[in-house]
Amino acid sequence: MSTSLIGSLQTFPHGVHPEEYKELSCNRRIERMPFVELYTLPLSQHIGAPSKVVVKEGQKVRRGEMIAEPGGFVSVGLHSPVDGVVHAIDLFDHPNGQVLPAIQIRTDRFSTQQLQLKPVPPEEMTTAGFIKAVQWSGMVGMGGAAFPAHVKFSIPEGKTCKHLMLNGCECEPFLTCDHRVMVEYAEELIDGTRILARFVKPEKVYIAIEANKPDAITLIREKAAEMDFAIEVVPLEVKYPQGAEKMMISAILGEEVPSGKLPLDVGVLVSNVGTAVAMSQYFRQGLPLIERVITVSGTALKRPSNMLVPIGTPMRDVVDYCGGITVPSPRILLGGPMMGMVQKNLDVPVVKGTSGILALTDHEVRDLDTYSCIRCGRCLDACPLFLNPALLGMLSRKGLWEEMEENHIMDCFECASCSFVCPSGIPLVQSFRVGKAMIRERKAK
Amino acid sequence: MKTIISTSPFLHHEATTPKIMWEVVYTLIPVLGVAVYYFGLSALLVSAAAVAGCLVAERLFDKKKKAIGDGSALLTGVLLALCLPPGFPLWIAFLGGMVSIGVGKSLWGGLGQNIFNPALLGRAFLQAAFPEAITTWDLPTGNYWGVRGTNLAMPFFKGTPVDAISTATPLSQLKFSHEVTSTMDLLVGNVSGSLGETCGLLLILAGVYLIARKIINWRIPASILATAALFSGILYAINPQYPTPQFTILAGGLLLGAVYMATDYVTSPLTTKGIWIYGFGIGFLVVMIRVWGGLPEGVMYAILLMNAATPLINRFTKTRVYGHEK
Ligand code: SF4
Ligand code: SF4
Repeated sequence: MSTSLIGSLQTFPHGVHPEEYKELSCNRRIERMPFVELYTLPLSQHIGAPSKVVVKEGQKVRRGEMIAEPGGFVSVGLHSPVDGVVHAIDLFDHPNGQVLPAIQIRTDRFSTQQLQLKPVPPEEMTTAGFIKAVQWSGMVGMGGAAFPAHVKFSIPEGKTCKHLMLNGCECEPFLTCDHRVMVEYAEELIDGTRILARFVKPEKVYIAIEANKPDAITLIREKAAEMDFAIEVVPLEVKYPQGAEKMMISAILGEEVPSGKLPLDVGVLVSNVGTAVAMSQYFRQGLPLIERVITVSGTALKRPSNMLVPIGTPMRDVVDYCGGITVPSPRILLGGPMMGMVQKNLDVPVVKGTSGILALTDHEVRDLDTYSCIRCGRCLDACPLFLNPALLGMLSRKGLWEEMEENHIMDCFECASCSFVCPSGIPLVQSFRVGKAMIRERKAK
Repeated sequence: MKTIISTSPFLHHEATTPKIMWEVVYTLIPVLGVAVYYFGLSALLVSAAAVAGCLVAERLFDKKKKAIGDGSALLTGVLLALCLPPGFPLWIAFLGGMVSIGVGKSLWGGLGQNIFNPALLGRAFLQAAFPEAITTWDLPTGNYWGVRGTNLAMPFFKGTPVDAISTATPLSQLKFSHEVTSTMDLLVGNVSGSLGETCGLLLILAGVYLIARKIINWRIPASILATAALFSGILYAINPQYPTPQFTILAGGLLLGAVYMATDYVTSPLTTKGIWIYGFGIGFLVVMIRVWGGLPEGVMYAILLMNAATPLINRFTKTRVYGHEK
């Protein structure tokens, strides 16, 4: 456990301090996105096998009804976000840039969109039943990676979950959706945590929140105090990438996850706060994952907001609802500015893994002049994994993939801290993505 | 080259290589100011000549014609000037600048590629080629406008210019005639020596500023000075003939070297462990050379030697990666 020099908050060693830009949206209450005419629901919104369609074109569906079931163990269910009709089952643009199978639902204009769902009481469930219920509810990790939640929650034989950690760090600049969820759904968060704890049986439960969200820390501490089981709310130093699982574990337990292993190998299960809230909503109200909270922000956006958006809503509609874009050529990103991706096409749907849509101007994103590496060592001091990005960058420029592997490039999780600090504007993480792909490709052969 | 950013990260720390170089140059303005205060216009002329040499060479050897903008050649020029004597012939200072950049940097492939600190390499060249000129010191005169006759010496004309007053630096006084300069004089800089090395106080302040701004790694000056102080302290304790630790630190170019030369990013190790080894080596070598070597001063060679060891140090001090055993 490492403590910073200023103040006494726990954190991990190294890391960076990008400007936060959270003030743009952190005090804006979550708004519900109005229903739109057409929803596009890709069958692959999670890591793993695509879901299997169980509806036909022209079929009427209810809001919350399953339209595709899990296509394997590492796969989840998919539900209609509205009362409507299956309009098409075809190939559509996916936010990841590919064209992939999806189900389109045309909204029933005369429906009031009232949910008619039944709770799924977890009290009598077995662990296997719980895992299956989570899988069929369409639940994925809401932090952005969209890994099926039930797979994470399945604790293999021989391993135990000693520490359950709820991740409310939200260390990416601009993003405030987890913050708002914690403040506005504190009860559901505690309840979802308790449901999860019931099945994974941790010895200790933590909710980790970066210190820049004092309102969430106070509120959740209060709510947690009323509970019959102990939850420790841990304020962490504001530092990127504090929300990375490994960094959170370092900060709270002072332990490292061995290379190539999972947090469970050191007895830790980490889940996003949004996932816990969605769990509570599913088990108590029967609401599967048909909507999520996303941050729509950036200085090129008229009205930065936190929006509760039905999955499948076209991004363009969400952006327009937030007042639209105010500059001629903004940079549109999905996710945060440190790890997010450029999105050229706004005619793609919000999916389960969408945490934010950002429209940035030149004010935030500067094009960089590049210089040679001056061996200043800033990247070494930034890398949370203690890699040597300067050396790795040099090796990648020379195409020395094997040497890169010897220097542990495969451990790099592409947090981009190294590129962020490099005064010579060297595209370090960008070249590491290439290097890792090259190494994987060679292995595959 | 402008890169249009199309992949993350989209945010970037405000520090850029030219900004860093310029900031270091700014911290040298007061140092240069003090040099002018003590040595007059000569100080400025020597600096201008060395800087001009660096810039001309940078421009000449840089095929892409843009390296001059990164500020590093300017910095090298100022640093070179700061370790030259005030009465130094201008044409030699210019030549030294050309060698610093041409041989010290461009030959290696430009910024970031060289093994040796370019300013010190240029200085070492001058020491070898013009041993007389570089050890012709004079006392601070307080005469601002007086240009030293030696400054205007013409290329390759031998003969002692009329008004060359050669005095000894605190280090050579100690070495050759066992005279000790007072700590106070060393702190304020009222002694003879190279342009930038005489005022200890200012160099300490500049070092503190650069550390606070996270421009230089505190471990480098700290380890150099601690090692030098400790080592000379031990010697002094054994035999008070040897210089005191405070004299070791304040006299000569140790502070200038520890703050500005040894901290050069390019020629110092990358890893923290490597930096400790490097600093220890410099501190140790400085005292060794000063005490047992033939020369009164050893900072330049100590740093150049550890520069040479840096690639090796980098190779043998790998960082322990998260999640791996050592
Ligand atoms: S931060 Fe950039 S310039 Fe500095 S050592 Fe790393 S790669 Fe080189
Ligand atoms: S992107 Fe990789 S190398 Fe760079 S700081 Fe993050 S983990 Fe380290």
